[in-house]
Amino acid sequence: MNQNGPSVMVQNLTKRFGDFVAVDDVSFEARHGEIFGFLGPNGSGKSTTIRILCGLLRPSSGRATVAGIDVARNPEAVRQHIGYMSQKFSLYNDLRVAENLEFFAGMYSVPKKDIPARIAWALKMAGLEGRGHNATSALAVGWKQRLALGCAVLHRPPIVFLDEPTSGVDPVSRRQFWELIHSMVGEGVTVFVTTHYMDEAEYCNRLVLLDRGRIVAMGTPTELKSHHMKGELLMIECEPLGPALEMLQTAPEVLDAAVFGSGIHAVVADAAAMAPKIRELLLARQFRAGRIEQIAPSLEDVFVSLTAVRGASKNKEAAA
Amino acid sequence: MSWTRIVAMTRKEVLQIGRDPRSLLIILVIPLVQLFIFGYAVNLDVKHVPLCIYDRDGTQASQDFLKHFQATDYFNIVRVSDSYSDVVRNIDHGVCSVAVVVPSQFAEDLHSSGQASVQAILDASDSNSATIGMGYAQAIVQSYSSEIQVAWQEERGLGAGAPNITFEPRTWFNEDLESMADLVPGVVAMVMAVVGAFLTSLTIAREWERGTMEQLISTPVGKLEIQIGKLFPYFVIGIADTAICSGTAVLWFGVPFRGSWVVLFGCSMLFLLVVLSLGYFISVTAKSQLGACQMALLATFLPTFLLSGFIFPIDQMPVVVQWITAVLPARYYVSILRNVFLKGTEVRLLAGDIMALAAIAVVLVVLATRSFKKRLA
Repeated sequence: MNQNGPSVMVQNLTKRFGDFVAVDDVSFEARHGEIFGFLGPNGSGKSTTIRILCGLLRPSSGRATVAGIDVARNPEAVRQHIGYMSQKFSLYNDLRVAENLEFFAGMYSVPKKDIPARIAWALKMAGLEGRGHNATSALAVGWKQRLALGCAVLHRPPIVFLDEPTSGVDPVSRRQFWELIHSMVGEGVTVFVTTHYMDEAEYCNRLVLLDRGRIVAMGTPTELKSHHMKGELLMIECEPLGPALEMLQTAPEVLDAAVFGSGIHAVVADAAAMAPKIRELLLARQFRAGRIEQIAPSLEDVFVSLTAVRGASKNKEAAA
Repeated sequence: MSWTRIVAMTRKEVLQIGRDPRSLLIILVIPLVQLFIFGYAVNLDVKHVPLCIYDRDGTQASQDFLKHFQATDYFNIVRVSDSYSDVVRNIDHGVCSVAVVVPSQFAEDLHSSGQASVQAILDASDSNSATIGMGYAQAIVQSYSSEIQVAWQEERGLGAGAPNITFEPRTWFNEDLESMADLVPGVVAMVMAVVGAFLTSLTIAREWERGTMEQLISTPVGKLEIQIGKLFPYFVIGIADTAICSGTAVLWFGVPFRGSWVVLFGCSMLFLLVVLSLGYFISVTAKSQLGACQMALLATFLPTFLLSGFIFPIDQMPVVVQWITAVLPARYYVSILRNVFLKGTEVRLLAGDIMALAAIAVVLVVLATRSFKKRLA
């Protein structure tokens, strides 16, 4: 495998299903040994992209290489180098835990002498030591996901694709799962992961923000938070929340506003200047106002801001 | 091709079959149930036809005549009627399917003119039984007729010289014309077709339905490795079912076995290759278990039952239907089995059937392999 080139390279990748464009002209590169995150809501094209990279779907146009191998031309060669964990739980529920591991060890042609050690390693990693004899169907979701990860990396692939590995998993299990991902990356594995949890995105080395099949932003979490906001962020505590939001969204100085928890996050050009103005505005309309202060944006703010801009420009296009 | 991947695949299938009560039921119970249903319930031999007699003559001669119906296995006299309306009622109510009426002038006509007739009434709502019943009745009348002819001639001292031809049929291969012996080869074919195609029709569809296929095709396993690994256990099961069915037929039902076991199992393996590939192809195409197993039954059970010559002789079918049977693997297999069981035919005489079966096997194996794609959508 070529250690110098990028681990995953995607150029102008497009995938259409009939009239529907699931992935729209996407380009990016993932480096060796990094956690590369794909962040976006359901239906944004995350799973489709990952499936193309695993050779499970043929791209409509564009090019993608994994470990230097073209996925459309030579999907079988790609499969030697990857581990894949699909969104839906896809182990055999009617097999025991160890039987699933043995089966996938066979499918990945793990050398016979290494199999016991690899299975022992996977059981330990999944926290299923001594439970190899258990029925897979009886495991809780968190354990199932870790077992699925174990099955996908039995052959020590240099690149691992995880499609929403933590959806439906409780917070403690999610944490444990991310610790596993970090330890794999520590061994030099490239982990390509999709998620719609914003907090998980913070764990990634680099991120792609995807919306309706298009890349809306790309970079490290810090870069995204510092470069991709169209202004500064104000956190506004006020009541009642709904009417206040409506009012702020129509105010000319407010670029964008959205409800976050018990307050409103508003994007403005100059936070220091706008804070007192907004307080006046609220009080003039009989709203109760609490703290109004500038805060550092979270990834969620970035995401909402970016997708809102795109949605608005789309509406304008439609109107014109 | 990797041997370890094939072994791992086979091992997984065996574990899954062993834990699926549905599969076990199909493998073990269906063959025996089918064999016993066809062995006992489906009896194509017509014997003990329920008969009603109405003697309007009431003479020594008429009683003598009717005794001939009593003396045979073919009829059971269930009613002795005393009026036409009673005869009609018995036919209507299905009490009897054949009625024989001796007219009132029977003895007198016979004596005076040497000519007498009797009437037979047949319930042809089951036309097959009616035709057979009519044949039996005719034979009995004929034999009685020649009997009294001979007696008449002897009375006049003409006895020995009278020309006479007797017909002595000898049926070969199935000496007693037992339908069981004829049916068993067909039942074996049917069991193999249904079990083979039905079980394999689920293997790929199940993986798609449960979402395990996506994981499986993301591994380096080759599609030929999947196919061989998945079909091998069903191949062994099919051979075992052949042995169970043939063994039961010979040991329990006393069907003769005159051919070679090597030919039987060799041809059965070829037929299994056909039905397993068919099931696999259906499974790949259908992607849902329900659709796949319905298609598998439709593709195997009906044609095997109706068109293989198992029950309905192919040379009696309309020409177009006969052409259709040419592509039906069960037709060749049934023909081979009949020959192996009843005739003990040499292999070279079966070459035509074996070649046809092999050709179909090649087509289906290629079709099954080609149809499977290691891709989603």
